[in-house]
Amino acid sequence: MHRRTLLASAALALTLGQAAAAQDVTAGFIYVGPVGDGGWTYEHDQGRLAVEEHFGDQVKTIYQESVPEGADAERAITQMALSGADIIFTTSFGYMDPTIAVAEKFPDVKFEHATGYKRADNVSIYSARFYEGRAIQGHIAGSMTETNKIGYIASFPIPEVIRGINSAYLHAKKVNPDVEFSIVWAYTWFDPSKEADAARALIENGADVILQHTDSTAPQAAAQEAGDVITFGQASDMYDYAPLPRVSSIIDDWAPYYIERVQAVIDGTWESTDTWDGIGPGMVGIGEITDAVPEDVKAEALAMKEAIASGEYHPFTGPINKADGSVWLEEGEVADDGTLLGMDFYVEGIDAEIPN
Amino acid sequence: MIRLEKRPQPSRLWTGLSPVLAVLLTMVFGGVLFAFLGANPFEAIRTIFWDPLFNTQFAGFTRPQLLVKAGPLILIAIGLSIGFRAGIWNIGAEGQYIMGAICGAAAGLAVYPASSFLILPMMILFGALGGWAWAMIPGILKTRFGTNEILVSLMLVYVAENILATASSGFLRNPEGRGFPGSRNFKEWDAAHNAELISGTGMHWGVLFAFLAVIGAYVLLTRHILGFNIRLTGEAPRAARFSGVNPARIVLFCLGISGALAGMAGLFEVAGPAGQISIDFNSGYGFTAIIVAFLGRLHPVGILLAGLLMALTYIGGELAQLMLGVPGASIQLFQGMLLFFLLGVDVFTNYRLRLGQRETA
Repeated sequence: MHRRTLLASAALALTLGQAAAAQDVTAGFIYVGPVGDGGWTYEHDQGRLAVEEHFGDQVKTIYQESVPEGADAERAITQMALSGADIIFTTSFGYMDPTIAVAEKFPDVKFEHATGYKRADNVSIYSARFYEGRAIQGHIAGSMTETNKIGYIASFPIPEVIRGINSAYLHAKKVNPDVEFSIVWAYTWFDPSKEADAARALIENGADVILQHTDSTAPQAAAQEAGDVITFGQASDMYDYAPLPRVSSIIDDWAPYYIERVQAVIDGTWESTDTWDGIGPGMVGIGEITDAVPEDVKAEALAMKEAIASGEYHPFTGPINKADGSVWLEEGEVADDGTLLGMDFYVEGIDAEIPN
Repeated sequence: MIRLEKRPQPSRLWTGLSPVLAVLLTMVFGGVLFAFLGANPFEAIRTIFWDPLFNTQFAGFTRPQLLVKAGPLILIAIGLSIGFRAGIWNIGAEGQYIMGAICGAAAGLAVYPASSFLILPMMILFGALGGWAWAMIPGILKTRFGTNEILVSLMLVYVAENILATASSGFLRNPEGRGFPGSRNFKEWDAAHNAELISGTGMHWGVLFAFLAVIGAYVLLTRHILGFNIRLTGEAPRAARFSGVNPARIVLFCLGISGALAGMAGLFEVAGPAGQISIDFNSGYGFTAIIVAFLGRLHPVGILLAGLLMALTYIGGELAQLMLGVPGASIQLFQGMLLFFLLGVDVFTNYRLRLGQRETA
């Protein structure tokens, strides 16, 4: 593939003469998993490819995959900056401190860190309101479960993940008061064997819905193997497992954001920003709801999607109590972003402890 | 007809030659691999082996990084090699590395935000103790109950990983970290920061300790009775027992020293390059060090060179990914080839190739 692009650009340079110099911006991407993970990293890489397609020869993209979140991240980001990248997207929470550290050394390079909270003059942060998708997922899960047991494969006990659990639980509970959540902490974003083990354990314990906040398709495969279990695609559509077990999905669509930010670098209008977009602006997509879902449930789910997209409905609307019984949101009150971003508690009804 | 014939004793020539040959074979077959991936093989090999040292754009940064990457590998591999010489297989250095980091970091964070020049030395001590204690588990189980140290030490890696996850989202979590997992960052706390000794060289205390460990291991193995006993235990266990070597003591010593060195490596890493305890803090140094130990022929100087070479393939591999767009897995494959060819070529140390008719004995 690389050779093909080389040939293509060489041919273009021949025909257009000076056109070779048009490649004036390099955008770099640091990935936590392999680009073929079928989930989180895959979608970021789709965003990168969309940037290439949109800008053509004007923008060159580079990436490094499977960069560990420890000491190696800082070196990987530094090398990318040294190689001449103008804007670098670091696409996992664990890159936060390394991104800030490297950004200090390269004031002329723009950095974009996904899902963190530390900003600087040349560091923007961006994330998606996945919890909006979780609400729809919870609705379908709560309506469809027969054992009333929903298994949840969680990655790390960080606010983003806890928010997803709460959102899914609230909406499952709303349609099915008997529903119970079993949560397994995998402590990984991508580890097919661990994820499959977690899914199997949950299914053995009677769960007939598996929700996942990890990136591989292993839980889908485990559910397919067990039969009579439904799942949802995570980060990516995972349509290979439709119509069953995968009945719908939450899709991250980073392409519009990446194109917008690279455009800002080209125009010289880039500024440090804090972006948190959901279904409305299109950063979070809901994958096709398959025929395995009853017609009325599907219609309700789509109606909820519309209501969230238009801003008419917020998934965290009171009355909601915290797990310890104290009041979090009064009747009709809507959660503020600050609380959501730092969420470190379960809502009432989830019978579990957040590991700490 | 080709067949292998056992040499009366291992060939000295091949002992030295096989790592070099293995590297050359890896270059050739790695080149083929990169060619299949659509990259120019010569450019790829140059990017991996030459650019980290001499590329004008990167070398200023990557040369010091070689030491940063090689330091923990050498430190751990030296400890492992002493045990391997005695036939004691500590496969769980990764776990000892994690426990060293946790114990050392916890000891430091207990006195946060004090400032005293004693804090870092104390952390180093606790790091070594943590690794040592974790290695004593397989040690005592082996000497008391005859369990297999390979299995026990390996299993304890997974236990340590879970303790790491608990530590970073629980008892060592940064109280000012908004609920996110991960400890305080040692880079923001001067008294506990394992900073570069001379700015821009990559040389931190851990690298210095790695060099000292090389010298120490060399002296131990060539000049000290304990080193002699270790080698004797590995090469002729029965003879060792007859000459009065206490096997239990050798087991505990070997596991203890390798655990302590791995624990120190973990502490130097957490207080320096990594900066904080996080769930993904360990990045496989404990396992890679096994490769380094064998690549270096279990000899201290060999390990020093092997550690640097391994670091070179890591950093060069990253550059190749970045500059040539080859996938990350191909770099791992490349490193795997290195070990594969080393083990393959190693056959010639103990066997020679014979062509022609079978001799009549």
